[in-house]
Amino acid sequence: MSLLIKNAKIVNADKEAQNLQDILIEKGVIIKIAPSINTTDVPILDIKGKRALPGLIDLHVHLREPGREDKETIESGSRAAVKGGFTTVFCMPNTNPVIDNCMIVESIIKEAKRVGLVNVVPIGAITRGLKGEELVDMFEMKQAGCFALSDDGKCVSNARVMKLALQYAQMAQILLIQHAEDHALAAEGVMHEGYYSTLLGLKPQPGLAETVMIARDIELAHYLKTRIHFAHVSLKRSVELIKIAKSQGIQVTAEACPHHFSLTDEAVKSFDTNLKVNPPLRSREDVEAIKQALKDGILDCISTDHAPHTPEDKEAGFDLAPFGMIGLETAVGLVCSELVQQKILSWPQVAQKMSQRSAEIMGLKTKGEIKEGMDGDLTVIDAEKEWEFKKEMIASKSKNSPFIGRKFKGCVEATICGGKIVYENQVV
Amino acid sequence: MTEWTKHNLLDIQNLTKEEIELILNTAKSFKEVSSRDVKKVPALRGKTVALLFFENSTRTRVSFELAAKRLSADIISISASGSSLSKGESILDTAKNIEAMNVSAVVVRHSTSGVPKILAEHLEPSVINAGDGCRAHPTQALLDMFTIREKLGRIEAIEVGIVGDILHSRVARSNIWGLTKLGAKVTVCGPSTLMPVEVEKLGVKVSYDIDEVIKQSDVLMVLRIQKERQQDNFLPSIREYAKHFGINKERLKFAKKNLLIMHPGPTNRGVELSAEVADGEYSVILDQVTNGVAVRMAILYLLLGTKETIEEKQTL
Amino acid sequence: MNNVPKIMDKESIRRALMRIAHEILEKNKGTEDLCIIGIRTRGAILAERINECIKEIEGKNVSVGILDITLYRDDLTLVSHQPIVHETLINFDITNKKVILVDDVLFTGRTIRAALDALIDFGRPANIQLAVLVDRGHRELPIRADYVGKNIPTSLEESVKVILEETDKDMDQVLIETKR
Repeated sequence: MSLLIKNAKIVNADKEAQNLQDILIEKGVIIKIAPSINTTDVPILDIKGKRALPGLIDLHVHLREPGREDKETIESGSRAAVKGGFTTVFCMPNTNPVIDNCMIVESIIKEAKRVGLVNVVPIGAITRGLKGEELVDMFEMKQAGCFALSDDGKCVSNARVMKLALQYAQMAQILLIQHAEDHALAAEGVMHEGYYSTLLGLKPQPGLAETVMIARDIELAHYLKTRIHFAHVSLKRSVELIKIAKSQGIQVTAEACPHHFSLTDEAVKSFDTNLKVNPPLRSREDVEAIKQALKDGILDCISTDHAPHTPEDKEAGFDLAPFGMIGLETAVGLVCSELVQQKILSWPQVAQKMSQRSAEIMGLKTKGEIKEGMDGDLTVIDAEKEWEFKKEMIASKSKNSPFIGRKFKGCVEATICGGKIVYENQVV
Repeated sequence: MTEWTKHNLLDIQNLTKEEIELILNTAKSFKEVSSRDVKKVPALRGKTVALLFFENSTRTRVSFELAAKRLSADIISISASGSSLSKGESILDTAKNIEAMNVSAVVVRHSTSGVPKILAEHLEPSVINAGDGCRAHPTQALLDMFTIREKLGRIEAIEVGIVGDILHSRVARSNIWGLTKLGAKVTVCGPSTLMPVEVEKLGVKVSYDIDEVIKQSDVLMVLRIQKERQQDNFLPSIREYAKHFGINKERLKFAKKNLLIMHPGPTNRGVELSAEVADGEYSVILDQVTNGVAVRMAILYLLLGTKETIEEKQTL
Repeated sequence: MNNVPKIMDKESIRRALMRIAHEILEKNKGTEDLCIIGIRTRGAILAERINECIKEIEGKNVSVGILDITLYRDDLTLVSHQPIVHETLINFDITNKKVILVDDVLFTGRTIRAALDALIDFGRPANIQLAVLVDRGHRELPIRADYVGKNIPTSLEESVKVILEETDKDMDQVLIETKR
């Protein structure tokens, strides 16, 4: 696909351009960036000085297909992704059946191609059926198209299994993503253990459940001299552990989710089950630490942990409702409102946390930067535009968001994937 | 005197001191009704109260039932065990169905904190919380306060010790809110593994020394110890609990003369309370049961009374 | 307040109650099996005062009780303010007793209807007689008083106000106020 984007304020992880530029994409690849490009036979998108970021990459979404197509499908999830400004999403394997063999990987990739909106990359399971016992065929998974493996939703609890998985993955050159949670310590808790769990009488999940597992896996990575990526880091103490690990040269990377830097456990007072997420919403102190860690680069990237659920499931009360909230369509709004406007992240840092670093972690060599020769994936953001997140505008099949009714400043104007305009904001 | 304006009774936390006192004063009048030969008054004639118990409870349910009956209300009673409301079945759906039957109040008990609050946000009839998760059990706290006031004449400045599994106790939480609002000093006491984090922020002292707590207390609220707590490793053994935190005659040697021993029931005799203490001179456990009906009558009456305006006295 | 017509003053209230006491004793031939039950709030005070009059005449006390009829009202769902429920204090058995029910003003008769319902729940009296300080007419139920302090014809726009020292911290009097 070919496209000429006029008057872009290009933001890359290393800098924000001062002058407006034109970007020419041909056959899905950026072939020219210059102050003024004139060509006749290519469709033109004039973005009138708005910011163009490298297409946003989400390392952590749940698309529910196969198995729970009533919650989300690759098609509806793709629509939600482009609306949220994402051009590449990595979908987690806790589907039914689990993404633990090449057949399912291939079928997801095939369905994503048919939908043709964004790049959907399946993350395979680490262990068969997410049972934490037998490793999947990693070479075969990689060959089928996986860049990373994770048992997300569950933690690989058995330390020996995790050690062997890391050893094997190192050889197979595939990244392992750990959902760090000691299940015994979490003890089926439904919210963060603290004053509010005491006040509300909800089953508490101590932060220890996350930090103990992060500490263990840092030791495994250190011992094996290999890489590991931590999903949805939510605690101040976790950040401290990762900081120590990084300072010692251990190859850990980590992500944070928008809800973990936007909401505290106090919000659970409303008993809105859309606030039931895992890891749970944490204390004010933790929220501040997550923001600071994103600024300092201790946390590498931002991913949504987009987790769609039906109203029936979510109405079962706080104890029984499943964990998770949708996040693709509010990520940019939250990053702008909570991080950019609060002067925590600069625009280049946003490009870094939401694209460049994510591409780097996954080894996507042609993504994460607006540069000649890179893929024609771009996200156009209007940083000044104010908008309200309304239920009826949600593209995801599920509406389980606690942010419905919230007003944001900063909005996705257009999403371009492989030179094709896959989303243009219709709301004036 | 304060006027009652609330539509629901969800917890003690959101009641003012005056509102609590109004309930207790009203309950006093209803206790007199319960002492009559004919224990029934027509105050809620033509109204329907739905008892929606998602969790088993004989005592609270019977108490509400009797309270509603003594006020001449009709009762429908729906039980659903926690497990039947598994995935895909919405609590709201069940409640909406009951609302469609034009009931005036829904008395709800659920094993999950917050369910009565969610129902109240979506339903027209008054919602009365008969216990949700580990969060709140307002009618129990009110009947406890009623009993204390009846026996000791006041709540202000008295020392109350709440003993046992504080972590899992909605009775403890509701009593902490109510008692501290009325000026009592509350100490919680129990095994450290069953003490919720940052509980001091609710305005109580924490003690692990049961003898000290017995010595200082005017009232001891003894909580039920669930046998499951041993399986979950919160306790080394029930036997060890009984030995170190159980209230027995020997321990009460240093108790104040007018000590009240309370228990929300059902008691595990020989665990948190010895049989002789449960039946002994300090025990007001059966008074609590009697008072429970009066307090619940008062709450039903206060919630289901007023609707439109007509000149009050002289139209009579 | 100054231009509100005063229908009864302290002295006329005292005389009316004394007369009612005489009538009660005459009709019931003494105090045997007699008891007086006043309807909260002012009826209860008047009941106590009638008892004092009886004591003055006969030298004997009769049993006095207080009845709260809030829970028996037929307009419970219609009143704007939640009426405060008070205790009913009847510490004696009314079965086979001659009950003198006392209230301040007799108007539609609905209060008395509620009081009769309540009394029946306490036992089976030999008979119930009704004494009121003021009968202002406009009955909506077939109820009449056996003893009346004063009949005061009123219009529906007027309201009768009984003021008693015990409850109102003012001199005993009966006023008629006109509603705007």
